[in-house]
Amino acid sequence: MCLAIPGQIVAFSAELPFMARVDVGGVQRNVNVGLLEEGEVKTGDWVLIHVGFALSKIDEAEAQNQLRMLRAMGEDALALEEVLGYRFAETAAGADEIRR
Amino acid sequence: MTSVQPSRKTPRFADMQIEMAHGAGGTASRRLLEGLIGPYFANPALQAFGDAATLAVGSERIATTADGFVVRPLRFPGGSIGELAVNGTLNDLAVSAAKPIALMATLILEAGLPTSVLESEIEAMAIAARKAGVPIVGGDTKVVEHGQADGMYVSTFGIGVLDGRATLDAAAIRPGDQVLLSGPIGAHGITILLARGDLELEADLVSDTRPVWPFVEALLDRAAGGLRWMRDPTRGGVATALNELVRAGACGVAIFEDRVPMHPAVRGACELLGLDPLHIANEGQFLAVVAPGDADAALAAVRGIPGGEGATLIGEVRAEPRRRVIGVNGYGGTRVIDMLVGDPLPRIC
Amino acid sequence: MKYVDEFRDPELISGVLRELGRTVDPARRYRIMEVCGGHTHSIYRHGLRDVLPANIELVHGPGCPVCVLPTGRVDDGLTIADHDDVILTCFGDMMRVPGTRGTPLELKARGADIRMVYSPLDALRIAIEHPAKRVCFFAIGFETTAPSTALTILRAQAEGVTNFSVFSNHVTIVPAMRAILDSPDMRIDGFVGPGHVSSITGCRPYEFIARDYGKPVVVAGFEPLDIIEAILMILRQLHAGEARVENQYKRIVPWDGNLPALRALARVFELRPYFEWRGLGFISQSALALKSEFAGFDAERLFDVAGLRVTDPRGAQCGEVLKGVLKPPQCKLFGTECNPEHPVGALMVSSEGACAAHYRYSLHAQEVPAAP
Repeated sequence: MCLAIPGQIVAFSAELPFMARVDVGGVQRNVNVGLLEEGEVKTGDWVLIHVGFALSKIDEAEAQNQLRMLRAMGEDALALEEVLGYRFAETAAGADEIRR
Repeated sequence: MTSVQPSRKTPRFADMQIEMAHGAGGTASRRLLEGLIGPYFANPALQAFGDAATLAVGSERIATTADGFVVRPLRFPGGSIGELAVNGTLNDLAVSAAKPIALMATLILEAGLPTSVLESEIEAMAIAARKAGVPIVGGDTKVVEHGQADGMYVSTFGIGVLDGRATLDAAAIRPGDQVLLSGPIGAHGITILLARGDLELEADLVSDTRPVWPFVEALLDRAAGGLRWMRDPTRGGVATALNELVRAGACGVAIFEDRVPMHPAVRGACELLGLDPLHIANEGQFLAVVAPGDADAALAAVRGIPGGEGATLIGEVRAEPRRRVIGVNGYGGTRVIDMLVGDPLPRIC
Repeated sequence: MKYVDEFRDPELISGVLRELGRTVDPARRYRIMEVCGGHTHSIYRHGLRDVLPANIELVHGPGCPVCVLPTGRVDDGLTIADHDDVILTCFGDMMRVPGTRGTPLELKARGADIRMVYSPLDALRIAIEHPAKRVCFFAIGFETTAPSTALTILRAQAEGVTNFSVFSNHVTIVPAMRAILDSPDMRIDGFVGPGHVSSITGCRPYEFIARDYGKPVVVAGFEPLDIIEAILMILRQLHAGEARVENQYKRIVPWDGNLPALRALARVFELRPYFEWRGLGFISQSALALKSEFAGFDAERLFDVAGLRVTDPRGAQCGEVLKGVLKPPQCKLFGTECNPEHPVGALMVSSEGACAAHYRYSLHAQEVPAAP
């Protein structure tokens, strides 16, 4: 039910408008694109493939967005860890004590 | 004529009929061997269940191996059954550290097989044997009714002389030992799967069938002292071969999954079909476990031979978890890499 | 591989895990159900249980179409293959599922013409190539797969194929989720929603879970990064006291679903009044049957299907594991009588079944823990 893989459309069938040739890491198969809206995909687009059908067009912008956000999140988390590692909070508290 | 009582140390084989799974090289095959065949033939040389049996003949130590080749289609990108038969048999000897010296082949032919097909295979066998420098010194031919033998089956016998520089023993592996893989995995199995045509997949992929003795010889030249164990990961793949290594011993193996080399099309096909590349058959690769001090030399030795550029150190022997093969990924996640049960089947879930 | 490797990037994953580690409340225990068998498989395959905080417990849900198929239905499908002129086709997942008389692979070994296909279109092609045979496709799967079956039937109709039929065992995910939510012994804090089902259905069908049961649902992709991000999103909702449906899998899942696919489903299928789910009992409006307009393609109308109920083997606790009440090793048969080589229950047959995944991938599988 859930095994679906991204593949890139490399060509459309000349005879059958609902069939496209899709490439997954160098392996190619003919895939039925009848579950997508007409004109929704063109050569070069990426689609999700399941049991010989394309289920969805992959939104490249969304994918890049998500990766960018997660990368930033990871870097923030790392930066925060480093900050906590420098024990700024405790040093500041200690400095306060001395000033008092 | 007295009947032979099977010696019994392992559970009896309880399956009521033979299934395809019993030939897939995984746990079912193992059960058949250990539970039915082994007990009847019981003898020390057999009990090791290695790729080849080692026998002492006078002062020589000889390795012998037998193999059967059943493949559909007979011809596929990168090779054919004849080539597989020769290389496969020689490789069983090679990974037992035995220099192959002769081959014999029995052909089971289906009535109706075109002579041209048979001749192609005989020629393929001759070429492969000549390339490996090993003569085919005899054999047999039988013909069976049309509808049997899928065209032709090839059964082989190979004999070699053990190279005295290495003593191979699965029990000799130690934590810290390195696992060397000769090159990218999965090419043969996926090529065959695609060549059958049922899945309507196409890829620029060829079988990796080839003799591995040149690489093994280089390994023996440079690192024989640290060589503990070798196996060719045919049916059942790398996963099955490594599980067979650890199953009776006191150690386990950890594979660094990101280091395992494979052709992109093998990866693509496996992702698409839900197969594990570690379970896919290889016909031109071998695994070697090498002491840590000799690992770099071993790797350099294999990489120095044309065709060995893809050799990689993919993992290590560990004390725990014992008798298990685990996969480790780049962020600390682990999984158990199990032995194949039956033939790998594509899935949709 | 594009759109796969980036979501398995060790550095990115480590980063999000760090954030998850910061977010998690160490004083709290979280029970999150991942509904889809594909998520179960991915979690084990990528070793996620090793790297997630220990107080996050992942409960495997019933989203495994092979696992929930009752033995009686398997038997019904296999009897279709008894006819000499029938070629029975099915996905690889089905080939090792045990019916009363054996698995499809075993029956095939005894002479039945049972063939594995990757796509229902392959089954249709076999029908076209063998006009003297009747080709039946044993259809399984949730909403991810049903539209493909629907389009195949429409294609068969368009091409005037008369020797092709479908034995439909398509089921829908929402009724199963509702059954879990209504179960008295359930205690789930949030759901990782099924990413590929949702690529068809969209995210709206889960709104009742947030609204009526107050549980967050995050529709997630299947790569490790997706699953971890989804868990993070659930935790953030829980900490904020929120319960919403969110879409983590935006690159694939449209909020409103796939209209052409939903249209195809509506055209070809109708909801059965009820259907038996292994381990969950009879659930109403939870499975798809072919509309009478497509009777010529409906295996249940063309063949004599006994429709017998076959009870689960004694001792098999598939139902409790499916509902997340028991963990696989807590079933009395786990690892002993029931293992991947000789599966007793369907959760051990399918590689995404909770028991098979646990047995095959988990280091602790072989040590059967003491009874709870």
